[in-house]
Amino acid sequence: MIDNLKKLETYLNSELSIKIRNSLIENNELLIEVDQKDLVQVIQFLKSDDKCKFRQLVDIAGVDYPSDENRFKLVYLFLSHENNNRIKLSIKFKVNEIINSITKIFPSANWMEREVFDMYGIKFKNHPDLRRILTDYGFKGHPLRKDFPLTGFNEVRYSEKEKKVIYEPVKLEQNYRNFDFESPWEGTSYLKEITKKETNGKKN
Amino acid sequence: MVKKTKSLNLNFGPQHPAAHGVLRLILELDGEVVEKADPHIGLLHRGTEKLIEQKTYTQALPYFDRLDYVAPMNQEHAFALAAEKLLKIEVPIRAKYIRVIFCEIGRILSHILNVTTQALDVGALTPSLWGFEERETLMTFYERASGSRLHANYFRTGGVHQDIPIKLVDDIEKFCKSFPKIIDDLEGLLTDNRIFKQRNVEIGVVSKQEALDHSFSGVMLRGSGVPWDLRRSQPYEIYNDLDFKIPIGKNGDCYDRYLCRIEEMRESVKIILQCIERLPKGPVKSIDGKISPPNRDDLKQSMEALIHHFKLFTEGYRVPKGDVYTAVEAPKGEFGVYLISDGSNKPYRCKIRAPGFSHLQAMDYLIRGHMLADVPAVLGSLDIVFGEVDR
Repeated sequence: MIDNLKKLETYLNSELSIKIRNSLIENNELLIEVDQKDLVQVIQFLKSDDKCKFRQLVDIAGVDYPSDENRFKLVYLFLSHENNNRIKLSIKFKVNEIINSITKIFPSANWMEREVFDMYGIKFKNHPDLRRILTDYGFKGHPLRKDFPLTGFNEVRYSEKEKKVIYEPVKLEQNYRNFDFESPWEGTSYLKEITKKETNGKKN
Repeated sequence: MVKKTKSLNLNFGPQHPAAHGVLRLILELDGEVVEKADPHIGLLHRGTEKLIEQKTYTQALPYFDRLDYVAPMNQEHAFALAAEKLLKIEVPIRAKYIRVIFCEIGRILSHILNVTTQALDVGALTPSLWGFEERETLMTFYERASGSRLHANYFRTGGVHQDIPIKLVDDIEKFCKSFPKIIDDLEGLLTDNRIFKQRNVEIGVVSKQEALDHSFSGVMLRGSGVPWDLRRSQPYEIYNDLDFKIPIGKNGDCYDRYLCRIEEMRESVKIILQCIERLPKGPVKSIDGKISPPNRDDLKQSMEALIHHFKLFTEGYRVPKGDVYTAVEAPKGEFGVYLISDGSNKPYRCKIRAPGFSHLQAMDYLIRGHMLADVPAVLGSLDIVFGEVDR
């Protein structure tokens, strides 16, 4: 039984040495990064290994980094009831890469992967039923991508003339205004430099 | 002569009163036996996660009320904890107690709704009439603390918005004294009721292993006999110091889940009473002026407070880079927030883990081979609220 994250980290590193690209403990949470091609094997190991016992998949979260070469990141969250700990597993990959589905290992991954597909357009290999899940029937685009506008493209309304609900391009009376209030809290840049020098000086 | 049977496709919802919201369930029926169920969700999808990415941390919080709208503060709690974990700030002890009181009120709110509507789905009208009267009382407590009955927006990163009046504490205590009687009454109507038992016992049975495989949490997991409650196993706030029991089911059917919910309400009442008894004095939000806004008096006197106020309500506060996953034991199960911060004043990504999502996913497996009339019973015991499933 492994109850301590440090121990778990060293154990995983020794068992899966080449497959783990990076592992770190931050905010009391263990994150391991693996290669996309090793994903299924690593997850199978986490679930079936007698010491890890990560028997439950909590969630799959997609993240979009449009400026990175490996644009998408998937974070798998697992929970072990026996050992009472959690682990995060992440993979990074390019836009058009197809990820192996883990529905065979965790049946609950079915909808989670459908959601990721719906929101990010990430495709999964060997998924039994890869349809959109949260968005409208016939929806186009992937809303959680960073380049998808907040207001979307289409709006719906009931048309009295046609006696049905119709789709129209979004028309806003006023453009969506995204106020950027972010400013250097500490003061202007030259002040920052001065303070930096001061702190450096203190260290020396 | 061989009779050819043809399966019938039936649309259950999205406007069916027993669908608990906007669920469109496509059932494949062979006579009255369900062969396949395909839930279509997303009819209440509002893009909460996308919206949160555009808002500051303070502005993002009210979206959580609108997820599981029958227990709003439990959701806020998960988000507040996530932001606090990234900011590495401590919450004053009084705020922790107030949070726990209102989370348990939320649990009772949600369980009353679920137990009574489940009864309604299988044909008992009275429990919902009795239960909703109590919910109304509880919602006035919400109103007196936060200003609104449902969408409270009461929790803040670093504490709660305002202190609660003393009179409110007394009234909550009074409620806790009288409420167990109401639970007894509800139980009198349902627990030994022949019809209620016929409709729920041995319906929608989930084994331990299957509950784990399908990512069940909360009552769905405990009903199947897995002793797991985040308040106990991964305690947050002050749950470690409180004395309460975790009711566990045995058979994993709808009836056991009903019994678990009833017992949980009793335990919640105990927790609230303990909190009220020990409720300490002191501040209710972090004293760090860079995170929690100053009070009105300071605003008139102190320049510093004025600057902080202005900055907090325009720019907001910045959260250090990093990612955290925090989960709370919401009434429906493990409600989690996976928060990624890029160091700015807005979350880079906020993934909401709603318990109902996984529960509803198992609908096909739960209902296969059951009769059509069992669909509302199973759906009722899953405790689905579409606000959180569709996000």
